[in-house]
Amino acid sequence: MVRLFGPLVGLFFAIALLWSFGNGAYTAIKEPAAETAEHAFHLLPKDIKFASDGAFGKFDKAQLQRGFQVYKEVCSTCHSLKHVAFRDLAALGYSEAEVKAIAKQWGTKQPTFDVKTGERAERDNIPQDYFPTVYYAGQGVPPDLSLITKARHDGGAYVASLLTGYQEQPAELLKKFPDAKTPDGLYYNPYFANLNLSMPAPIAGDGQVTYSDGTTATVQQMSTDVAAFLIWTAEPKLDKRKQTGWAVLGFLLVATVLAYLAKKNVWANKH
Amino acid sequence: MSFPWANEYKPGNGLTQWLDEKLPLPRFVYNAVGAGYPVPRNLNYMWNFGVLAGFCLVLQIVTGVVLAMHYAANAGVAFDSVEHIMRDVNWGWMMRYAHANGASAFFVVVYLHIFRGFFYSSYKAPREMIWLLGVTIFLLMMATAFMGYVLPWGQMSFWGAKVITGLFGAIPLVGEPIQIWLLGGFAPDNAALNRFFSLHFLLPFVIAGVIILHIWALHIPGSSNPTGVEVKTESDTVPFHPYYTAKDGFGLGIFLLIYCAILFFAPNALGHPDNYIPANPLSTPAHIVPEWYFYPFYAILRAFTYDFFFIPAKLMGVLAMFGSILVWFFLPWLDTSPVRSGHYRPLFRKFFWFGLIPTMAVLFYCGGAPAAEPYVMISQVASIYYFAHFLIILPLVSSIEKPEPLPFSITEGVLGKDESAVLNAHPAAA
Repeated sequence: MVRLFGPLVGLFFAIALLWSFGNGAYTAIKEPAAETAEHAFHLLPKDIKFASDGAFGKFDKAQLQRGFQVYKEVCSTCHSLKHVAFRDLAALGYSEAEVKAIAKQWGTKQPTFDVKTGERAERDNIPQDYFPTVYYAGQGVPPDLSLITKARHDGGAYVASLLTGYQEQPAELLKKFPDAKTPDGLYYNPYFANLNLSMPAPIAGDGQVTYSDGTTATVQQMSTDVAAFLIWTAEPKLDKRKQTGWAVLGFLLVATVLAYLAKKNVWANKH
Repeated sequence: MSFPWANEYKPGNGLTQWLDEKLPLPRFVYNAVGAGYPVPRNLNYMWNFGVLAGFCLVLQIVTGVVLAMHYAANAGVAFDSVEHIMRDVNWGWMMRYAHANGASAFFVVVYLHIFRGFFYSSYKAPREMIWLLGVTIFLLMMATAFMGYVLPWGQMSFWGAKVITGLFGAIPLVGEPIQIWLLGGFAPDNAALNRFFSLHFLLPFVIAGVIILHIWALHIPGSSNPTGVEVKTESDTVPFHPYYTAKDGFGLGIFLLIYCAILFFAPNALGHPDNYIPANPLSTPAHIVPEWYFYPFYAILRAFTYDFFFIPAKLMGVLAMFGSILVWFFLPWLDTSPVRSGHYRPLFRKFFWFGLIPTMAVLFYCGGAPAAEPYVMISQVASIYYFAHFLIILPLVSSIEKPEPLPFSITEGVLGKDESAVLNAHPAAA
């Protein structure tokens, strides 16, 4: 029965597939899919290196602090960071008092609601608070940045490339795709998936942030620093993970060698 | 059943003797995976993957139970609770990465286990039942993994759930009501998330149950082996313990080295970035793809792009996708060659290495690629070969192929034809 029906079922699927294949090939030849501007002009992230890259990479705390400063002074106007708490900043090398001060001075306050009086008010942030929600009234929805570097391919490099990638729409693009002109209120950036985004270049010029550690704040420097900071917000346990990984691999290597010797010993008289 | 020369369990002390009379659990283990189970002496490293698959299941259950202590199956907070595990639960990041990559490891190991079965025709009589149970386990694994991927409630979770449950919508007439019934709504939402969590917790224990049947069925004829020649004498076998416990121990070490290297140094390499974006029913991702281990079957699903007479393309795709796995159930009766091992089947071997394996690789690649040309046409060609391989080529090869000569016995296969070598190795056999 199986040998009778098996080949018939196989033929059935094969013919149905051939039918799809033939139709698809016919369509592909007759009306080849038109190329799109997104496909032709979208760029993959630049090759940007971070201290945390690779199996031996570790966060550069000074860079993370600079990146945090960029986030605080530039990004936090529109973008929230809801999975990160102020207390987490201790991992960047800030002391307990500094964390308290950062939380207290944070511009967006925590909303409060008094259930007895029904009054709404605000209070200062404290270290155990998460970064407060940011309300944004303009065009577009600024995404929460906590996980942004894990939510994009090659996330750190993507963020740094996007921040430094704003430019005039190339004349060549408009010549090839006249309908693809960047609409008003959007900004051209070849590192963004559909080339046009609502966010104007947030880091517009050198010296926009005055680094407390004296590093020269070029656009490239600020972009890379904030990208490094966002790698940290997405994966705060990265250092601990790699450190644990080496210990685990070292143990396993020894255990595996012992297991191999044990196996060899057990099998010695059977080969 | 076992071979007559199997070692017999002897309780060592008063306690084990008492236990052996009341509940002979140590005897059971001794006969199942101890010195009381004679195994062919010539098993190569491809035979490690059964034990490794069992290890993966235990790993998934242990890490999964811990994760379930901290996870909240509610569409409003599921995503945040996963981030809570990653950031605030002690070693939570390790548990989650171990579980997510553990699923991938489980599939790698099981695929190798299955393809070992293909090459050595492990499904042939008298081992059909082991094979049928094995395919059942694989189907249960796929269901479990799919539902597990929905739980973090990211973009791919949501849209993956929508696409896969949408497959039931392809069933004529009753499809849509069935889809709504399965989801508990018109789209994946809280009801779906909750039942997926419930089933994701339940199914691994069902898998464990079927694994017990799988191993029980294995112990009736005993393990297959790379020559495909059945065990004849005592010199053909060695006791499972210490020989294969030692060999599996080494295999486990190699497995853990690779698994931990990924877990600790590239934990997101096998995942999809979109799943770090919270589920948003109003924003469809550019490319909806399942987890990598479903790519070949996803490619087959998407290969049907035009209605075939009165059968809608979508329904054809669904039939073919399920059919592509269900066909494995019929392998013992499609492949009728009396020779088991691919080592002694010249034609079968060619179709395996130059037909099936490249086809799987191509389907795998196309399943992860965007649904555009040329990937669709390539996966159509590969899908044709896939079905032809199992349903047309295998029966045909079985009837026209002239197998190469088999060794007389497993021992001869290992030690060569020299009789004295056999006798020297086993003076007791003289």
